[in-house]
This record gives sequence, C-alpha cells and structure tokens, in this order.
Amino acid sequence: MITFDNVAKRYPNGREALAGVSFEIQPGEFVFLTGRSGAGKSSVLKLIALLERPSRGTVTVNGQNTGKIKAGKVPAFRRAIGVVFQDHKLLVDRPIYDNVALPLVVAGTPLKEVDRRVRAALDQVGLLGRERSSPLELSVGEQQRVGIARAVISKPQLLIADEPTGNLDPGLSVDVMKVFKRFQEVGVTVIIASHDPNLVDQFGQREIVLDAGRIASDSYRAGHASRMTATAPKLGDLPTILLK
Amino acid sequence: MSGAVSSYATRHLQALFGALGRLVRAPLATLLTLIVIGVALALPAGLGLLVNNLRSASGDLSNALDFTVHFKLGTPVEKVELLAKSARERSGVQSVTVKTADDALQEFKQASGFGDALSALTDNPLPHHLVVRPRPDASGPTEVENLRRYFAAFPEVDLVQLDLDWVRRLHSLLDVLKRFFWVVVSVLGLGVLAVIGNTIRLEIQHRRQEIEVTKLVGGSNAFVRRPFLYTGLFYGLGGALLAGLILLGGMAYLERAIGDLSAQYGGHFSMEGLGGRGLGILLGVGAGLGWFGALVSTGRHLRAIEPRA
Repeated sequence: MITFDNVAKRYPNGREALAGVSFEIQPGEFVFLTGRSGAGKSSVLKLIALLERPSRGTVTVNGQNTGKIKAGKVPAFRRAIGVVFQDHKLLVDRPIYDNVALPLVVAGTPLKEVDRRVRAALDQVGLLGRERSSPLELSVGEQQRVGIARAVISKPQLLIADEPTGNLDPGLSVDVMKVFKRFQEVGVTVIIASHDPNLVDQFGQREIVLDAGRIASDSYRAGHASRMTATAPKLGDLPTILLK
Repeated sequence: MSGAVSSYATRHLQALFGALGRLVRAPLATLLTLIVIGVALALPAGLGLLVNNLRSASGDLSNALDFTVHFKLGTPVEKVELLAKSARERSGVQSVTVKTADDALQEFKQASGFGDALSALTDNPLPHHLVVRPRPDASGPTEVENLRRYFAAFPEVDLVQLDLDWVRRLHSLLDVLKRFFWVVVSVLGLGVLAVIGNTIRLEIQHRRQEIEVTKLVGGSNAFVRRPFLYTGLFYGLGGALLAGLILLGGMAYLERAIGDLSAQYGGHFSMEGLGGRGLGILLGVGAGLGWFGALVSTGRHLRAIEPRA
C-alpha cells in the first residue's frame, strides 16, 4: 500500500524534517506513527497525501510513485485518500452537510448519491440530524467527527489522520479511535500520527516511532483491548453504504 | 454517457448558483462593482450611439458620396442603359440609377418653379445622366477616383461631377472618429478587465481557506476556478445590463430636447437607441470581458494556493 524508500524531506527554510526513512505498510494495516513534536510525523503524512513531495528517495502510494505524479493528476490522487486533521479544517461558513459532502461534490457524484452518503457518514460518527448546523455550533469532539465523516465519505482505501485526538479528552479519543478501527476492520488502511502514548497502549497496533527525522523503532505492541470496550461509545455500527 | 453529461451539467449549475448566491448575499459590494463596470461600459457604448446618430443626422453617408455622370447631348438612351448595366457589374458599385433627359426635366420643373417657362421649350436642353453610388466599403478616395476615371473614359460621357475633396475630408473625419472610438473602447475595456480581475483576486484571498480545503479533498484546479469564472461572467453581464439602463435613461432624458431642436429646424430627427443588436453586443462584450478578467485573475492567483497541513 505504502512504501517509503530512504525518504528525506528538507523544507525551503532549510529544516530537515526527515533524514532517510524507509518502511512499508501493507493494505489493511492499522499503524500508529508516534514521536515527539517535530520528529517528522506530519511530514510523513504530508508525503503520503501528496501535500509535499520528497526531497530524496521515493514514496510509493497505491503503486504510484508520488514524486512522478503530474500536477494535473494530484486531485484524483487525493480523492483516493481520506485525511483527518488535528485542526479538522472545516469550512465554518458552511453547514455540516456541505462540509461532509465536499469530497463527493468535487468528484461530481450525483446529488442523490451525495445525500445518501452524507447521512450515512454522519450517522456513522453519531451526528445524524446535525446536517444544518454550523461547525461553530459543535463541540471540538464533534467537529473532529465531522472531519472524519468527510474523510471517509468517498470510501477511500487509505485513511490518514494527523493527531485526530489531539484536542479531545480521553473518553472521546477512544470513541474516535474506535471509528478508525472499524474502518480498518473492513479493509481500509489506517495511519494515525499521535503523540498520545496512552492511546497507543490501549489499542496495541503496529507503532512506528520517529525521532529527529529517523525511525527509532518499528514494532507491534500488545494492547489491552478490554479497556477499549469498557468505555461505552455512542457511535453506531458502520453502515453498509460506507463499506466496499 | 448521459450520466457523465448530467454530472458535468450539475457541477456547472452548482458553480453557477454558488457564484450567484455569493453575489446576492453581498448586495452592496456587488452593486458597487457593477456600477463601476456599468459606467466603464456605458461610456464607449454611448460614444458608439453618438457616432451612429451623428451619421444619420448628417444624412445617409453613402448618399453623400453619390456622384453624377452626365452624357453628351444626343447620346441615345439605349447606350446609356447599356453603360449603366455594365457599370453595375463593377465590384465597387452599389447602385447605378439611370435618369433620362425627360426625368431630369420633370425634376427640374418641380424643383425650380420655372415649370411654365420650361413647358415652352420644344427641345429638352438637359442631358441623360447616371447617379452612381459607390459601395460603402469601397468609398475611399482612391476607389472613387478609379470609378470616376472609368466613367470619364467613355466618349459619350461629358462630365463626371464628383467632389473628391469632400470625400477625402469625410474619410479623414470618419477615421478620426473611428480611432477615437477604439481608443476609448480599449482603455475602458482594460479598465473593466482590471476591475473584475481585482475583485476576483480579493475574493480569492477572502476564500483562501475554502480553496485550500477543496484542493485538499481532491478538487481540481478547474473545479476551484469554475465559481470564480461564473462570478466574473455575472459581473460582466450585470455591468453591461446596467450600462444599457444608463444609456436608456440618458436617451430618454435627451430625446425630447433633441426632438424640439430638430422640429425648430423643420426636421423630424428621432434618436436611434441601442436596439436589440446593440444590446446583444453590449451584453456579449460585458460577459466576455468579465469571464476573461476572471480567467486571467484565477490563472495568476489560484495556482499559488496549495493546501498545507
């Protein structure tokens, strides 16, 4: 699914965010990307989502070398990836519905289909009925869930999230993580950058630890899944419409 | 196939109504921009109207260029008809009217008031003649001079009456007016482009975050650009419509005064308005300028906005 081969990233200001990183992620994996802030987590995600191109080395996503994708093909490439941001990047002057629908609208999906999928996605993150609300009327946790609904609405094979629980309290964090987990269970590759060690402890997945632009460790961690189910999430089951 | 077409149409309709909605939601800002564009379009359009009206006021221009070919006395009418026929075949000629000596006498009787005295004449002292009207697009001094030589070369022709100086002056004057018109059109057209380009640029800056997010979820440049192009188109169309209203108002205000003035000279001159065709051109030019201004502006500014996570 994703291959990083000796990838370095140096920004125009001279800062070297990544200094030769290599790893491979198989389809359907659930991977945590951890490390201190500035370790290069965000850079890895940006390279995957083609928000940046590598300074050196090759990044392959879905069999495509991202360094070779022409500017005109970037939008189609991005449509195949769901991205969730810490600051959720919602459009505050538009209702929730429009925010969630945006990836389908840019792809030219028929309006009836858009309507169906928006409802399903909002249902999935527990926000059905809030279509007409403004993002500003929602709590931070709810805003983050709108961001997730937007990321998954176009049924991407790959879901990446940059600190999706950064602004959430622990209970909500687990809720959000469970949403991601459910997508992995139906075959979506999920990559989450997080500096929250507790969360990674709880879930026990593959964890790539970055330190100063290099991989410090890459291992599977046993989590205590029992605690995951202990918090009662109010989120519904994954509706079939969001499955392949 | 029809699905692809309808989704294409849907995307355009979304962009169209989105753009329209934004304009309507900020009525004051939209109105101010429309007024600037409207005035900039009304000036050259008004000048065009003025030139048109001056033309019809000074009489039909092609009429002013008519010249007369007099034949020698005693030239048979058949010969004159024949010559007129071959003259009509020439490319620079719009029409050739044969005036026989009898026609000429009739006209002279009516026009001169010497009717009775002329009736006393046994012979008609007037020659046959032709009234030649050059085609408007071939009425320059050289073409008209060529035409004069053509007629003068026939042995039956006595005299070709033609005021070449007048032709030259008229042409120079028209040339000046035409150039002036195009200078005004170009300058104000550039002005409209600049106004629309700048308005779109501000709008792009204002919606920077939205553009970033749209690109982030895979919106193509074309998708992002589309609503801005429609915005430019609406500005241009709205401005042109406003310009049409300005002209209409101005004409209505002037019409009576000009009618009075004309009546005092015994004339019945009525101003020529924009007309359907003129309005069509105005709207077309306005829409074209708006779209093009938006295209230039988005080309310069949209590419620079790339999402940063």
